Amino acid sequence: MHGVLTIAATEIRIGLRNRWIILSSMILLAFALILVLLGSAPGGEVKTDAVTVVVASLSTLSVYLVPLIALLLSFDAIAGEIDRGTLQLVLASPVSRGAVLVGKFLGHVAVLGIAVSFGYGIAGIVTYLANGGGELGALIGVGRLIVTSIILGATFIAIGYIASASVRQTGTAAALAIAIWLFAVVLYDLALLGGLLASQDGFFASEVFPWLLVLNPADAFRLYNMSAIDAAAVGSNLGGGAGSALPISGLATMASPVIWAGMALGLSTFILKRIRP
Amino acid sequence: MTEIVKARNVSMKFKAVDALTDVSLDVAPGEQVALLGHNGAGKTTLFRIMLGFIKPTAGSISIAGFAPGSNEARRIVSYLPEQVAFPKMLTGREVVRFYARLKGAPLDDVQSVLAKVDLVDAADRRVETYSKGMRQRLGLAQALVGKPALLLLDEPTSGLDPLSRQHFYELIADVARQGGSVLLSSHGLSELEAKTDRVAILRNGRLVANGPLAALQDEANLPVRIRVRAAATAIDKVHAEIGGGRINGASVELFCARGEKMRILSKISGLGAKVEDVDVAAPTLDEVYRHFSKIGVDEALRGTL
Repeated sequence: MHGVLTIAATEIRIGLRNRWIILSSMILLAFALILVLLGSAPGGEVKTDAVTVVVASLSTLSVYLVPLIALLLSFDAIAGEIDRGTLQLVLASPVSRGAVLVGKFLGHVAVLGIAVSFGYGIAGIVTYLANGGGELGALIGVGRLIVTSIILGATFIAIGYIASASVRQTGTAAALAIAIWLFAVVLYDLALLGGLLASQDGFFASEVFPWLLVLNPADAFRLYNMSAIDAAAVGSNLGGGAGSALPISGLATMASPVIWAGMALGLSTFILKRIRP
Repeated sequence: MTEIVKARNVSMKFKAVDALTDVSLDVAPGEQVALLGHNGAGKTTLFRIMLGFIKPTAGSISIAGFAPGSNEARRIVSYLPEQVAFPKMLTGREVVRFYARLKGAPLDDVQSVLAKVDLVDAADRRVETYSKGMRQRLGLAQALVGKPALLLLDEPTSGLDPLSRQHFYELIADVARQGGSVLLSSHGLSELEAKTDRVAILRNGRLVANGPLAALQDEANLPVRIRVRAAATAIDKVHAEIGGGRINGASVELFCARGEKMRILSKISGLGAKVEDVDVAAPTLDEVYRHFSKIGVDEALRGTL
């Protein structure tokens, strides 16, 4: 346990020193503020809380940005440390390999958590104040978005470890991480869309598609956030359209990224235990 | 006394390469052993086996009676890889403290090992500002922290200037005095400066020599070189008297076995005024090492290294 916390604390310290945290906070904040400015116009029109509109836009933003930041954080964790010779030192010390990975995981999730909390937190408060207050309850939506974004990020951090542990070169791990991102958040949805268009009898749309949607942690994250806010009021296409046909709904959809994170951590620990540095 | 390292007939086969063949090596508590060999001779492979990173394909090895890589073994072993790059953004003190925590060593140790490797003044600077020698010393500091019973150092003196090298050997002598064993690897004997108790030489994965330096010198039985500078005009007489080969018109050079040395020297001193100067050179450590590692074409090799 001591080793886990030591490794986690060092990852956070490195994240602060190499400006990872500040940089990713800034990126998230910049995108969020752009959405805030663009999102304020329709908010007034449909009489929805401005903050709620922003949360809806931000959850779509999260689907793209958070996995990317998470993978960029984690792809170097094992392959890079072997390259630099520091993992050999850590593995030679009396800390188990499982503890090494859990420590890194906690540290990286904390780094991502700080960045997401700052970026979205500030954007949420700015929106709230810019629209002259309003219901405080809308801020809960921001909190929910932050928490679920961190869970989504944790999933992709763990998936990044698989990439990092299964190759020897950092460069290969980076390429693998980008491929994972491209597949999970871009190509997967396109493929599902293609499937919907191609299926004639509707069996795919009603029986297979909802499961495939929930299977992808990024889509599950979006579904949860869309259904959690008053989807009808915002006029969300995804939550409103697919919501009725979903096999699971509400908080249960978040089980998808959590299960993925657990499986990915387990698999990367398994690979790490077999690494011969 | 129980051995800290006990390797029996260890062999390691990678796909097509026999990295180690039938290596048996013991290290006693408080002993300093140097593992010599050229690149690819199997030194790092042996270290990786001792750390439990890889399992030997044949033979057995134990660290203080425990299996390499087991929790008990990892608790007493410290390692310094040949090349290690610590996170640039951390300070030297943070790096050492990190490894002290992982090893469960008291944090008071951090300051004392930093003092030992002479990094106290730079301890709160970031590693990115360190020179190569300082990084090497930082690596040594993390290995020393926690008073390990066995220090495994892979080429610790490469890249150190002679002065820091001397300081380094003082440090590991200190470790040995406190009962810790040190196994370090090196390219050549000359780098060791005869500072370790015992020398083991690996050639292509086989242990070709294992003993104290003096014993190796005896075993190699390399000739002693004697160079005699004759007084002006006396060169022909000197040459006729003691034989050998003439060099540069005024000197004679001859090689003899170690047992012959005194007899020849007394003959030379009998020549009296005909001899201006005598230079006796015992085989250098490099020559002894070359004898055991038998790198035939080594003149050309050394030029490129």
